[in-house]
Amino acid sequence: MLNPNLMTKTSIAWAVSSTILCLSAWSASDNENLERKIEGQENAILADAPNVPPPITRRHATKVIVNLEVKEVEGRLADGVRYTFWTFGGKVPGKFIRIREGDLVEFHLNNHPDNKMPHNIDLHAVTGQGGGAGASLTAPGHSSVFSFKALNPGLYVYHCATAPVAMHIANGMYGMILVEPADGLPKVDHEYYVMQGDFYTKGPNGQQGLQPFSMEKAIQERPEYVVFNGSVGALAGDGALTAKPGETVRLFVGNGGPNLTSSFHVIGEIFDQVWAEGNTSHVTQNVQTTLIPPGGAAITQFGLNVPATYILVDHALTRAFNKGALGMLKVTGPENKNIYSGKVSDEVYMPEGTNIRVTEQAAKAAPSAKTKIERVERGKNVFTANCMACHQGNGQGIPNAFPPLAASDFLNADKARAIKTVTGGLQGAVTVNGKTFNGVMPAWTLSDEEIANVLTYIYNSWGNSGKEVTPADVKANRAAKSKSAAGAQE
Amino acid sequence: MRSSLLLASLLASPFLLGAGPGVERPIPAGSYLPFYPARAPLGKAQPEAPRKAVAVGAFRLDVRPVTNREYLAFVKANPEWRRSEIGRVFADGSYLKHWRADLSLRSRAEGDKPVTRVSWFAAAAYCRARGKELPTTDQWEYALDDGGHRAERMKDEILAWYSRPNDKVLEAVGRKPANGYGIQDLHALIWEWTLDFNSEMSGSEARSDGTKDENLFCGAGSLNARDPSDYAKFMRYQFRGSLHADYTTGNLGFRCAREETK
Ligand code: HEC
Ligand SMILES: [Cu+2]
Repeated sequence: MLNPNLMTKTSIAWAVSSTILCLSAWSASDNENLERKIEGQENAILADAPNVPPPITRRHATKVIVNLEVKEVEGRLADGVRYTFWTFGGKVPGKFIRIREGDLVEFHLNNHPDNKMPHNIDLHAVTGQGGGAGASLTAPGHSSVFSFKALNPGLYVYHCATAPVAMHIANGMYGMILVEPADGLPKVDHEYYVMQGDFYTKGPNGQQGLQPFSMEKAIQERPEYVVFNGSVGALAGDGALTAKPGETVRLFVGNGGPNLTSSFHVIGEIFDQVWAEGNTSHVTQNVQTTLIPPGGAAITQFGLNVPATYILVDHALTRAFNKGALGMLKVTGPENKNIYSGKVSDEVYMPEGTNIRVTEQAAKAAPSAKTKIERVERGKNVFTANCMACHQGNGQGIPNAFPPLAASDFLNADKARAIKTVTGGLQGAVTVNGKTFNGVMPAWTLSDEEIANVLTYIYNSWGNSGKEVTPADVKANRAAKSKSAAGAQE
Repeated sequence: MRSSLLLASLLASPFLLGAGPGVERPIPAGSYLPFYPARAPLGKAQPEAPRKAVAVGAFRLDVRPVTNREYLAFVKANPEWRRSEIGRVFADGSYLKHWRADLSLRSRAEGDKPVTRVSWFAAAAYCRARGKELPTTDQWEYALDDGGHRAERMKDEILAWYSRPNDKVLEAVGRKPANGYGIQDLHALIWEWTLDFNSEMSGSEARSDGTKDENLFCGAGSLNARDPSDYAKFMRYQFRGSLHADYTTGNLGFRCAREETK
């Protein structure tokens, strides 16, 4: 328990500093909110991620009725991986709730009769016993009602707090409630709802079928999955967030945990503004990565200048590459070469004195693999160094982002096309094993030998056709390609 | 009319089924460590650890949960517990909602399934009518602990069941192996009422009176627990804590017990 004297001192200091230093005046004091008059009544509009209910336009406090239904449902955690989610409203994360400071909220927590478990809710926006949990423990087939006054503006996490609480949260029982400041938030073109969570399955990452919760891994804080919005790939492919150049995007980002802190980052963007910790009174500008603890939130906002696919990640990157913490914001529209040129040239970079090392290296690499087995061995190193980050060590790729090389019909159907994919890169829609991918694979400046080796390695791994690709094949392919390119120019 | 009555009484007869309804097994006296300590009387300090083992006297426990068929026989004999007769104080609106009517089940197969959607009042009345009582939480947990054998595996099995959603259709009672005391279906089928379900730390009505500080919500629930890593136990205690005596739910039934007669 905190020392009460200390508490009052800090809160006084807080109040003083926020009145003096307040950058954007998005806040009122608790007392003011206590006294706000309640006019009228309305039902809250709730939204499923990544959507957010519309901004509040009324300029007075009202009575808001929130109906939230708890449902235990089986759903997709990753391709082929099922999980029993416990949800606020049928999905992970739970419904987004939007109210205004000073509002009086009448909260109905409804536990669906088909559920097995009792549940409750702790809203971090509530001042009172357990944030509402003390008043909302609800058996299946029953409802609890309690009310609270929204004293402090900000973006808050809510979650189930029924014992064992870590399991209720690990199964997906979290969401967010935004208490808008009295004067509202600045207008933007898009608002989105993104929430990170860690999942603990009995089977290792990728193991197919319905996966039970692992108490051991949860206690050791070793998740198999770390995801945005409840499943691997929820924010990729058709689920990607979208916007146009020139527009402003606001992300309400939360972290349900239960255990991992997120280093939230958007690859290719800088947050023009971050309201850290979900507070609405203090803004930080020009932020690259913002820290979001379990049970915490942040509001990030940025203007989009150039078209690109911006990647949302937890910058603790094995979580992004190996466990699913990866989302996309697709911005389509006209280029602006003044801001980002794209690749203008690709030249050999050779500072003084390095040419010798390069030739040495080339010389070392020179003895070409004599057998297919040697080729496969060397190809594995090329793969680890260049391809694994996207296509994964087991060749499975990442759903909706990087296609699989394992048992890939695209690969096995056409050797020449596979070679061209590596020498020339690939972009635009391709279908691999029945799934469509629309990304960009860069062209590789690897030697003929290296390309032959890596492709032979791939062809002889993970259930592929066992073909061999030789440096001569690659050379011939390059020659054919430049010929046809020349032909196309005529 | 007469023949259907006859049929009903035959169906309700203990001799028709293998183990038969209401069949009990003796549970030997012993002691066990409760998950939560006994509550100190108001105004007295909670005793320090080490926590005391609780003595459990010898008793007899039903091998299986009470089935719909058995419960039907009970409401036939006791009209005040019929769906149309029962007072709202004694059971909420979904009492026996899954039955076709006051005195008929939806199918024969329903008869072998555990009765659910019964309130604590109804369950207690049923046991009393059989000269028994609901088991106390101590008795129930002691029987489940089964002298501690298979403890680790059981923790796992129970957790696996708890972490699955409710089955769409309930299975019949008595389809799974008995534990070391010869008792079946203590887990993996339904939740069960106990006599003192809300005397534990999480009693939800008493929660708001401010005298119960060991709330279960959030991390606080683990403060007094015997083993904070036994998630299955937390769920069971929390489930009981969420109930009121008039509640009925689709996955909550009961069985009866009685003191060993010397
Ligand atoms: C930066 C991420 C990335 C890296 C690194 C990468 N790829 Fe790809 N790869 C992709 C994407 C994205 C596609 C699909 C492109 C599209 O959608 O048009 C792809 C497609 C392919 C395909 C054809 C589709 C299939 O699944 O069969 C092959 C073959 C392939 N890559 C091989 C490689 C090899 C070999 C390397 C290493 C030398 C490599 N890739 C490195 C992203 C990557
Ligand atoms: Cu819950």
